[in-house]
Amino acid sequence: MTDKTMTPEDVVSRLRSGMTLGIGGWGSRRKPMALVRALLRSDITDLTMIAYGGPDVGLLAAAGRIRKLVTAFVTLDSIPLEPHFRAARQSGALELTEVDEAMFMWGLHAAANRLPFLPVRAGLGSDVMRVNPGLRTVTSPYADGETFVAMPALRMDAALVHVNRADRLGNGQYLGPDPYFDDLFCEAADAAYVSCEEIVAGFGDAPLPTLLVKRHAVTGVVETPNGAHFTSCVPDYGRDEAFQKLYATTPWPRFAERFLSGGDEKSYQSAVQSWQEEGR
Amino acid sequence: MTSRAEYCVLACAEAWRDNGEVLASPMGLIPSLGARLARRSFSPDLLLTDGEATLVGPDGEREGWLPYRQHLAMVTGGRRHVMMGASQLDRFGNQNISCIGDWAAPHRQLLGVRGAPVNTLNNPVSYWVPRHSRRVFVPKVDMISGVGYDSAAAAGPSATRYHRIPRVVTDLGVFDFETPERTMRLASLHPGVTVAEVRQATGFDLVIPAEVPRTREPSAAELRLIREVIDPDGRREGEVPS
Repeated sequence: MTDKTMTPEDVVSRLRSGMTLGIGGWGSRRKPMALVRALLRSDITDLTMIAYGGPDVGLLAAAGRIRKLVTAFVTLDSIPLEPHFRAARQSGALELTEVDEAMFMWGLHAAANRLPFLPVRAGLGSDVMRVNPGLRTVTSPYADGETFVAMPALRMDAALVHVNRADRLGNGQYLGPDPYFDDLFCEAADAAYVSCEEIVAGFGDAPLPTLLVKRHAVTGVVETPNGAHFTSCVPDYGRDEAFQKLYATTPWPRFAERFLSGGDEKSYQSAVQSWQEEGR
Repeated sequence: MTSRAEYCVLACAEAWRDNGEVLASPMGLIPSLGARLARRSFSPDLLLTDGEATLVGPDGEREGWLPYRQHLAMVTGGRRHVMMGASQLDRFGNQNISCIGDWAAPHRQLLGVRGAPVNTLNNPVSYWVPRHSRRVFVPKVDMISGVGYDSAAAAGPSATRYHRIPRVVTDLGVFDFETPERTMRLASLHPGVTVAEVRQATGFDLVIPAEVPRTREPSAAELRLIREVIDPDGRREGEVPS
């Protein structure tokens, strides 16, 4: 059996500028932040990013790595508006494809099912149609004759997701309340990299529905304890609200210098730890 | 004496009256209190969530699982009535939470359209606006996120089939679209508010009936539920000061 374990640097070495990259999680929840930080340490840029956006979008936007963003929202949840995404939008620094949450989901389903599009009611009558002039409608071939939006597949070159546990083969387990859309991200991508809190030898008699990600859709597995920090990865840990607030209120160059200028994920984690000790 | 916030909680609760066994999805504090009031009084069959993936009973006990993707299926299946917020709202009920200014170069980027397009086309959508003002109630929204009656009609039968905006609740009153042109009408004034005040705070012409009812008084049992059970810390007064 193929051992797919790798480091964050290994993952990034397989990515290229100009790629279409999907990032799992939702808002400020279970984001593969260690992999995002590895991306920030690389010179990869010009990305088309597909995400239910949180600080992953904020960080990559602040660093100028995103050319085009496909999303329904960007939020930090407890801080409703993502400051770096806002700044990027208000200065025209990135191109936006803004679709509805459900349209986004059906785009993932289409990609995972190798379909060019799936019909959805959502979008009709809203300005999503105005700001995405490329969106087309499709007429039902059945007696109802209804017209729907043909939501195009959100196919991606690579997907990055973070789960609680994984094995060396690429099977991934989530232990929180919501799978989000992480399995779909993996299936909608040509390559998928799964970071996890802990690599385990097996899943024992864990409830089957928690075994979300299947190895056939996974290229690499990365053990990154606390790797979703500062987003939540329940039940392992909740969101680091104090740190998130720091992220949202510190000028980007100062934040990047203090927390992201180290050579690896370990230096990020120790910078966070020193900051936490200062606060005690 | 009933506070303004308490009238607002009651007016939000009324949105879910006679809704049957559907998910009440409140966004924001006052609608959340309203949904719980409705669940505990006149709409006992409502489903509620903990705001995450768990369906909960009136005391927060678990009764089901509703992760995002099932939640989205509940939306398109229509068994849900959401009360959303609005950064802008126009006379036909078009709502904006995406951005202020030209979408291509926004003056202020907000959340994004989120689920407003899918919500408005598939299940009843009401709105809650804690501070009724001309900044929110505008002649034309900058980015149609939630679909209003005129936009749905223009988009055709697939858009109008399940489209419905039962009500808008603000700190000043309750509004609906029960007019021939489906434009916003003042349905009731919260006690202590005048028609002139509402007109002054609204950036378009409202339909004002000859006789405007007052938002109804809560019963003693409802007041007790709000004050002692649902919001004993009085958080409601922080969202709508009296």
